[in-house]
Amino acid sequence: MSLAQSEHPKGPLEFSAKAKDEIKHHVAKYPDRRAATLPALYVAQREFGYVSPAAMATVARELDIPETWVREVATWYTMYNKVPVGKYHVQLCGNISCHLTGADKLIHGLSQALGIKPGETSKDGRYTLAEVECLASCGSGPAMQVNDDYHEHLTVEKALKILRDLP
Amino acid sequence: MVTETATVPAPAPALPVKTVRVVSRNWGKPNSHTLPSYRDSGGYKLWEKTVKGQGLKPQELIDTVKAAGLRGMGGAGFPTGVKWGFLPKDNPKPRYLVVNGDEGEPGTFKDRYIMELDPHMFIEGCMLSSYAINAHVCYIYLRGEFLFQVKRMEAAIDEARAAGLLGKNILGSGFDLDIHVHRGAGAYICGEETGLIESLEGKKGQPRLKPPFPAVVGVFGCPTIVNNVETLTHVVPIVEMGAEKWKALGKNGAPGTKLYGISGHVNKPGVYELPFGSTMRELLEFAGGVRDGKKLKAIVPGGASCPLLLPDQLDTPLDFDSIKKAGTMLGTACAIVMDESTCMVRAIARLLKFYAHESCGQCTPCREGTHWLAKMLTRIEHGEGREQDLTLIDEVANNIMGNTICALGDAAAMPTISYFKKFRHEFEEHVKTGKCRFGEHEVAPRQVTIGP
Repeated sequence: MSLAQSEHPKGPLEFSAKAKDEIKHHVAKYPDRRAATLPALYVAQREFGYVSPAAMATVARELDIPETWVREVATWYTMYNKVPVGKYHVQLCGNISCHLTGADKLIHGLSQALGIKPGETSKDGRYTLAEVECLASCGSGPAMQVNDDYHEHLTVEKALKILRDLP
Repeated sequence: MVTETATVPAPAPALPVKTVRVVSRNWGKPNSHTLPSYRDSGGYKLWEKTVKGQGLKPQELIDTVKAAGLRGMGGAGFPTGVKWGFLPKDNPKPRYLVVNGDEGEPGTFKDRYIMELDPHMFIEGCMLSSYAINAHVCYIYLRGEFLFQVKRMEAAIDEARAAGLLGKNILGSGFDLDIHVHRGAGAYICGEETGLIESLEGKKGQPRLKPPFPAVVGVFGCPTIVNNVETLTHVVPIVEMGAEKWKALGKNGAPGTKLYGISGHVNKPGVYELPFGSTMRELLEFAGGVRDGKKLKAIVPGGASCPLLLPDQLDTPLDFDSIKKAGTMLGTACAIVMDESTCMVRAIARLLKFYAHESCGQCTPCREGTHWLAKMLTRIEHGEGREQDLTLIDEVANNIMGNTICALGDAAAMPTISYFKKFRHEFEEHVKTGKCRFGEHEVAPRQVTIGP
C-alpha cells in the first residue's frame, strides 16, 4: 500500500484535548519545538491508529513546523506505521542471536498458523506479522514484540498461545 | 492499535552469580528499581554530598574519571574523562549531557537491565556527570522499542524529582538539573552519536560529518557530551571508591568491572558483571559453556559488527586493547556464540540483510554496498551463488571500508571480510555444490521489501 492509498478517508484530523496537552508537555522538554516531532508522532499514531499523511499534517500544525519536516521523519523511522496494521502487531526478531536460537522456525511456524506472511495482515484484522531487527532480547531469544509488549524465550507453541490468549 | 501499556518483561535471563557485583550490586533485590530500595543501599548519598559542594568539585570529578581509565562502553571505547575535557571553556552556550541508550547493536542487551533493575544508580551517574561537565539538562535517548524501559526511567526520574534530587536549586545548592527521556522510533543508526543528536532534534537520524565533534557543536548547536548508559553508571562506583580502588577491580591490565553479555549457543545466556579484562574462556564458563555438548565454532565478541574470534583465541582478555591484538574489537562486550552446527554463510547473509535495512542512505558506498553484499550472500546461501561472487564480496566490502561518514559501512564490511576469510571454504562449497552441509534450512518466508 502506498502512502497516498493509506490516507485517512475523512478530511483533516484533530487531536483530542488530552493529546494536545501531552504534546505541550513534550514541547516543554526542548529548547526547539521541532525536537518534539518524534514524541508527537507517537501521540498521533495512538490517536489516529496509524500515521497517514493527514496525521502527519496534523502533527505539523500542532507543532507549528513545516509539514515536510514531519513527513521526512515519519517516513524514515520504522516504528511509525504508515499504513493500518492489525489489532496486534506481531513483530518477530530475526537477527543474529534469535536466528541462532530458532527465529526462522518461529517466523515460519507463526506464518503458517496465522496464514499470513511477514508484512501481511490477517483477513479479520487481528494480526499483522512482521520480521524486525534486533530487539535487544539476545539473551532471551527468540523474542517478539506484540504492540508494545516484549515476549521472550519463545517456541512456536508458546507464541501461538500468547497470541490466542490476547483479548 | 498501539496500546502504550508495555508490561513487565521477563527478568534478566541469568543474573550474575559468583561474579563481582559493582554496577549490578542491586540487581535481584526486591523492588530494586524504586527510590526507597536504592536509598536503603546508600544510594544518592554521593549526589547529595557532591551537589552541596561537600564532595569532589567538577574538575576533580573529571580528573577522577580520567584517572580511573573509564572508557566508553557503547562500543567505541573512547576515554570518558578525555571526552569530557573536549568541552570548550569559553563557549557561553548551555551544555548538554546526552545518554545513548539506543542499544541496537545485534547481540547487545546489557543497558536494558541497568534501566530495568537499577534505574536510580544510572540516574545518579547522570547527575554526577552532569555536575562534572556543568550541564543543567540531560537527555536520555532510548530506542523506540524500549517502551517499558522508557516508563521505568520516567518513573524513577519523577521519584528523584519529587525527592528534591532533581530540578531547580537542588537541596539549596544553587545547582539546577533536569533529566528527560527521549524515545527513538526504530533506527539502528541512531546509536551513532551524531545520528542520535539529529534524532533528538526531531530529524532523520542521519550522522553528521565530523568535525565539528559534539563536544563543540552537538545538540541544538550547543556543546554536548554523548555517553553510553553503562559508562555513566560506572561513574557512581568510581567516585564512591576512588579511581585507584576501582581500577584494581580489573585484571590483565584493564580497569574496573564490566557488564559482559553472552548469547547464542550457550547454556546460560545472560549478562555477567566480571572484572574488566576477564578472558573469553572465563565468560563462556560463566555462561555454562556451549549448549548440547556441541563444539565451539566461532564467537562474535562484542556485537554483530565485530570480526570473529576463533576457538584457539579463547584466552584473549576481553578488554579494548588485548582484543584488538587478536584481530577483532571489544565493541559492546556482548558476545554471540556459534556452535559447530552454524552455517557461516547463512549467519553473515542474515547480518547483511540487517545492515542493508539500517543503512541511512546518505553515503553511496554503504547505501549501495550493503544491499549488494546482502543480495550476493543471500544468493550464495540459497545455492544460487556465482563463481565471480566470491571475488566481488571482498571487493565490495573493501570499497565500503573507510569511505563513509559514519561507521555503519565499516560495521557491515568488517564481519563480511572476517567470515569470508576465516570460513572461505564454506562459501566456496555453497557456490560449487549449490548445497549447504548444515542441512536443509527452514527458510522463513521473507518480507518482500528491504530498506525503508
